[in-house]
Amino acid sequence: MPVPPVAAHEPADAPRYGAVAMALHWLLALMIVTSFSVGLYMTSLPFSPLQLKLVNWHKWAGITILGLSALRLLWRLSHPPPPLPARIVAAMPGWQLVAHRGTHFLLYLLFFAVPLFGWAYSSALGFPIVWLGVAPLPDFVPVDKEFAEAVLKPLHKGSAFTLAAVVLLHAAAALKHHFVDRDGLLDRMWIK
Amino acid sequence: MKHTPWRALCAAAVFAIAGLASAAEPMAKLVPGQGHIGFVSKQMGVPVEGQFKTFDAQIAFDPHKPEGGTVALQIDLASATLGVPQSDAELPKAPWFDTARFPKAGFQSRTIKALGDGRFEVAGKLTIKGITQELVVPVTLTQSYGQTVATGSFTIQRLAFKIGEGEWTDTSMVSDEVQVRFKLVLTGLRPL
Repeated sequence: MPVPPVAAHEPADAPRYGAVAMALHWLLALMIVTSFSVGLYMTSLPFSPLQLKLVNWHKWAGITILGLSALRLLWRLSHPPPPLPARIVAAMPGWQLVAHRGTHFLLYLLFFAVPLFGWAYSSALGFPIVWLGVAPLPDFVPVDKEFAEAVLKPLHKGSAFTLAAVVLLHAAAALKHHFVDRDGLLDRMWIK
Repeated sequence: MKHTPWRALCAAAVFAIAGLASAAEPMAKLVPGQGHIGFVSKQMGVPVEGQFKTFDAQIAFDPHKPEGGTVALQIDLASATLGVPQSDAELPKAPWFDTARFPKAGFQSRTIKALGDGRFEVAGKLTIKGITQELVVPVTLTQSYGQTVATGSFTIQRLAFKIGEGEWTDTSMVSDEVQVRFKLVLTGLRPL
């Protein structure tokens, strides 16, 4: 996965992400936060129509996130993000540059891992996913309830909590650049 | 109290008729642990399979004279399972099978018609949760090594039997149509 290259010269007006990249970023941010919250809430509910509804919406959202993330990755590969402005790079300690690359890499890894583990968990439990209630998806793992509960559920849950932690770190770093460093980094992704 | 003599008389008549039928037709026996009665409902578009683990059948039937035969089936509703502990805990409750009041579902044939090639049409009454509906069940018989395997499937409307009451009557959550699939393994039936 490409990481934003470092700009050799600081442009007069720092280049921003494109409209498609911004739209995908904010749409997926909203979907991921909502799906994570629904996931937490639905697992606390007793068996009920509401729970059944939320579980299915959660699965549909997860598959949509998976598909949009694939589009987003293809878009990113064909439309590389703007390089970090040189003055910001110069102001960042080395470990922050490593963390910057590491969190972006982890975010993309988890955009795929979390929904794929969820899909596998559902399939292994014997509940194939029918996307939006109309499109039956294939099962890429066989039905095996013990494997589902002992392995796939902790993987889905663990990767989802890891994603939540990395998202928080990502958001905290962006806010730190904006409010503490006041370096205008957030403007690259802020819809104006 | 005033119904008691009638009941006794009716019971006597039923036993007499059953006695005649069994005298006239060879009685087949279920091979324990070999059959399967399953059902498939759709939850928000997702096919969900369940089964009844305990059932019994009395089959007095000559494949060459099907019109004289009878088929009776009793299903222990408390043995229903979807394979998921959370929903299995709900099935015996009042909105679903209400097993405290209605421990068993039953089928009693009225007429049996031969369609040729080991295929039969069994018409009769299906009773679930105290509600009786007329039903025609297609049955295919195959024989090998002295055993007869009877297979077939039919579709019922769960709401006609009040299966899934209250908040569960919403058919966008759980479809009204439920497909029932059965496989009964019998001994003692005459060759086809």
